[in-house]
Amino acid sequence: MKLAVNFLTIGLVILSLPCGSYTEIPPKPPGSVTVLPPVKPAGGPQAFPDAENSNLPVFTMDYARIQVPFEVTLWVLLASFAKIGFHVYHKITFWVPESCLLISIGLIVGAIMHSVHEEPPAVLSYNVFFLFMLPPIVLESGYFMPTRPFFENVGTVLWFAVVGTLWNSIGIGMSLYAVCQIEAFEVQDINLQENMLFAAIISAVDPVAVLSVFEDVSVNEQLYIVVFGECLFNDAVTVVLYNMFIFVADMPVVEPVDVFLGVARFFVVGLGGMGFGVIFGFVASFTTRFTSNVREIEPLFIFMYSYLAYLVAELFSISSIMAIVTCALTMKYYVEENVSQRSCTTIRHVVKMLGTISETLIFFFLGVVTITTEHEWNWGYIMFTLLLALVWRGLGVLVLTQIINPFRTIPFNFKDQFILGYGGLRGAISFALVFTLPDSIGRKKLFVTTTICMIMFTVFIQGISIRPLIEFINVRRTNRNLETINVEIHSRLIEHTIAGVEDLCGQWSHYYWKDKFLKFNNRILRKILIRDNRAESSIVALYKKLELQNAMEILDTVSGDINAGSSIVSLQYEKKSSGKPKRKFVAADLMNMHDILSKNMYKIRQRTTAYTTKHSLPNDSRTKEILIRRHTSIRRSLRPGSFNGPVWNTRTYSTSQKYRHTYSFKGFTLFFTILYITVSPATQPHTITPPPPCFMVGTTHVEIIRSPTLRLTKHGGWNRKSQTWTHQTKGQISTGLMSIARVFWPKQVSSSYWCPLVVVSLQQFDHEGLVHTVSSEHLMLRCVR
Amino acid sequence: MGASQSAGTEHEFQDLADRTGFSLEQIGNINKRFRQLSNNEETLSREDLASIPALDNNPIRAQIINAFFDKRNLHQNETGTVQEIGFEEFLMVMTHFRPAAMGITEEERENLRRDKLRFLFNMHDTDSDGTINLEEYRRVVEELLSKAGTIGQETAKAIADAAMLEVASTTRGKMEPDEFYEGITFENFLQILNTFDIETRMHVRFLHMDTATLRCGKSK
Repeated sequence: MKLAVNFLTIGLVILSLPCGSYTEIPPKPPGSVTVLPPVKPAGGPQAFPDAENSNLPVFTMDYARIQVPFEVTLWVLLASFAKIGFHVYHKITFWVPESCLLISIGLIVGAIMHSVHEEPPAVLSYNVFFLFMLPPIVLESGYFMPTRPFFENVGTVLWFAVVGTLWNSIGIGMSLYAVCQIEAFEVQDINLQENMLFAAIISAVDPVAVLSVFEDVSVNEQLYIVVFGECLFNDAVTVVLYNMFIFVADMPVVEPVDVFLGVARFFVVGLGGMGFGVIFGFVASFTTRFTSNVREIEPLFIFMYSYLAYLVAELFSISSIMAIVTCALTMKYYVEENVSQRSCTTIRHVVKMLGTISETLIFFFLGVVTITTEHEWNWGYIMFTLLLALVWRGLGVLVLTQIINPFRTIPFNFKDQFILGYGGLRGAISFALVFTLPDSIGRKKLFVTTTICMIMFTVFIQGISIRPLIEFINVRRTNRNLETINVEIHSRLIEHTIAGVEDLCGQWSHYYWKDKFLKFNNRILRKILIRDNRAESSIVALYKKLELQNAMEILDTVSGDINAGSSIVSLQYEKKSSGKPKRKFVAADLMNMHDILSKNMYKIRQRTTAYTTKHSLPNDSRTKEILIRRHTSIRRSLRPGSFNGPVWNTRTYSTSQKYRHTYSFKGFTLFFTILYITVSPATQPHTITPPPPCFMVGTTHVEIIRSPTLRLTKHGGWNRKSQTWTHQTKGQISTGLMSIARVFWPKQVSSSYWCPLVVVSLQQFDHEGLVHTVSSEHLMLRCVR
Repeated sequence: MGASQSAGTEHEFQDLADRTGFSLEQIGNINKRFRQLSNNEETLSREDLASIPALDNNPIRAQIINAFFDKRNLHQNETGTVQEIGFEEFLMVMTHFRPAAMGITEEERENLRRDKLRFLFNMHDTDSDGTINLEEYRRVVEELLSKAGTIGQETAKAIADAAMLEVASTTRGKMEPDEFYEGITFENFLQILNTFDIETRMHVRFLHMDTATLRCGKSK
């Protein structure tokens, strides 16, 4: 299969070759590029037919007209096919990061192109890269940044990004200049400014490959967020330095004043970028407040505003990356509350898609361009660059961590530092920046070669080896799966306690700021920016919105969203004329069912998605949490014919405080049973599919886990005695849980909160139509944010 | 605001430092704060603490204030509350919030954890019977969620119920339908919060107490 895909890609390439070369592929081609073949005077039929034939041509081909968009599309498709190809074979992406694979394919394609003497498209011209390829990547990073860990670590992140990059650039620049003085390497003509410029380019860290490894290995959150944040923000720093040094490189003499100005400019650029981003973010949020009637174009606003932020920042030559990142950060929170669920999904999906495509293209072209450009090889310079980059990064991480560790709540130990240093791969930004060096720099080719070497080295060698290394040195992992309600409650409790004690001591710390900001947020910002700002507790309103949409979608997708694939237990319910004893069936598969339930219902609650992989959409199933409360006694009612929802002793609930009565019906205002397994004629295979749809109640965002096989209809009956809701219909059905609930219990499900406790019970109809309760869980429904 | 040190001389502070593990400077800072809060008197009462404006928005302020007057937090073996506390007791309560030093041993870390968790436990267990029962837990959850304004009372109750159930199932495993669960004991508490890295989370950076800021945010 993979071979087939590769052949296909090569075929595509060959197809595109005769299409001629061109110099730019901007989506909106400037007029100068498109070459029109000589045509007869434009506009319609000819008034004066030629002497030669002028019969109506039946079949014409006008390639030049579509040339540019066509080639753009082909290249994008090619890169995407390559991506498909990788995932066919699972193991590869496990060991080799995707960037490596993309580069390799690019190399192959480049080789092909080179052999037929074609020019690759100039994707990496300054404008195309910075105006079209970079924004989607940065937007994606900013949009999916986990905010809470980020803000808790913002100091560290900025410290590493800013100071670290500066340290690296200056260090490498100086050392390279020293190296240049060595005559043997014949690079004496590179002056200090050029060296510094080059060093600034080289020190841009881009750990894309590393992040996906981190995610897979569940490296501890601190490390993850520092690497992630550093990557993002040092792009900004690098671009600033780059522009600064370009400017400086042109100047014959550098005065101390210029250094000062440089520093000042740095602050202007950084803070200005952030300011613009925040402003645009707020404007975007405000706009979405009014878009309830134009739902179709809601996602548009997000993209337009962020892109606008980027462009305006570019206009003023301030850090556009910071602008777009802060815009995305600010916007996300408010916008996701204002827009409809569908728009929300669309936005996320499109952001992810654009980012992925951009990244794919960049790495792909890296491979292509490697072959097709002219190189200038210089052993000394290149080797020393590689060495110095490693050394300075290592030193930098060490020194910086020593300084910042005392300020951190969770200090970095040596293993963390090692991974931090080792994870400093170079990538797209360096690549693009070096290509856009002005030609006035004498040794541009050397720089290009060195940068490419650097990228290849880090991406291939460090990228591939980092996974085994992480496992080997056993970096602290984060334990993701043990947040229970208790932990959650106590987390909050501790935060409040600390804040309280700190107030007591008159101390300020980041909890103080967090509290303050939250208050400000609740009081002022939310009122302005969010439509229908009730208190965050309007569970029912949100539920309504989601239910309406999701109830429809349920039938559509047997999707990969649900972890159905791995956890479907298909039980072949064979004709049991002789019948295996039912008990055996039940007992044997009980574990499976519980497994399914626990795997699918018991999830981590996180306020934000702590991890997002860079290569796939954020896994929403993790943010859905249903807490299952096992009621063991229900499980006992395995005996056939008894569907006692057992302990619901309605007799004695009123007075006692003992916990058995929390199991009583009184303790919950609502529960009902959902059928898991449907009736089958004996031949139909059962599939136990995971979650009944459940909501999570509690904050703002109510999500329903879909299950295509559950549905409640009105034809069931309420068994008063056992307080269960049983189901008599057959067939596979899908859900409308709450709507049913509302139909039947309109009083409870009203505008006030209704108790979010649900009992899910696995009931099975045997072929005689009797119901057996196999297992039952209590579900606590919570909203997730 | 004369931050004059009282009869608490260097000597006394040294003694306290040895016992509590704070540094002299930290004790000095805390002393200043104590003076400020207590209006230069020898003891601190509930009203003094309750009048800190910054605490108003804290949903669990009542519990926090009570925690200071709770004898169990004073490393004594008695239960009950006191009406007023002196500087030494104030300091004792503060020791629960010490950060974990970098190079402590496993055992010390474990002790630190127990210490901090004990503090939390005492905050819940208002009737000092050694277990947290449903009522107490409910109250905690309600308070916690009250200021957040997001969750209504019934939901808070339900959450508390579910939390208790969770503890029950974690610690007791399968339960007979007739059994009931009396309450969370301290051992259970430790168990359920086993994975929670409280020693790194629950601390206040005393070293950075700036006397200037001690004056801010506090008006009498």
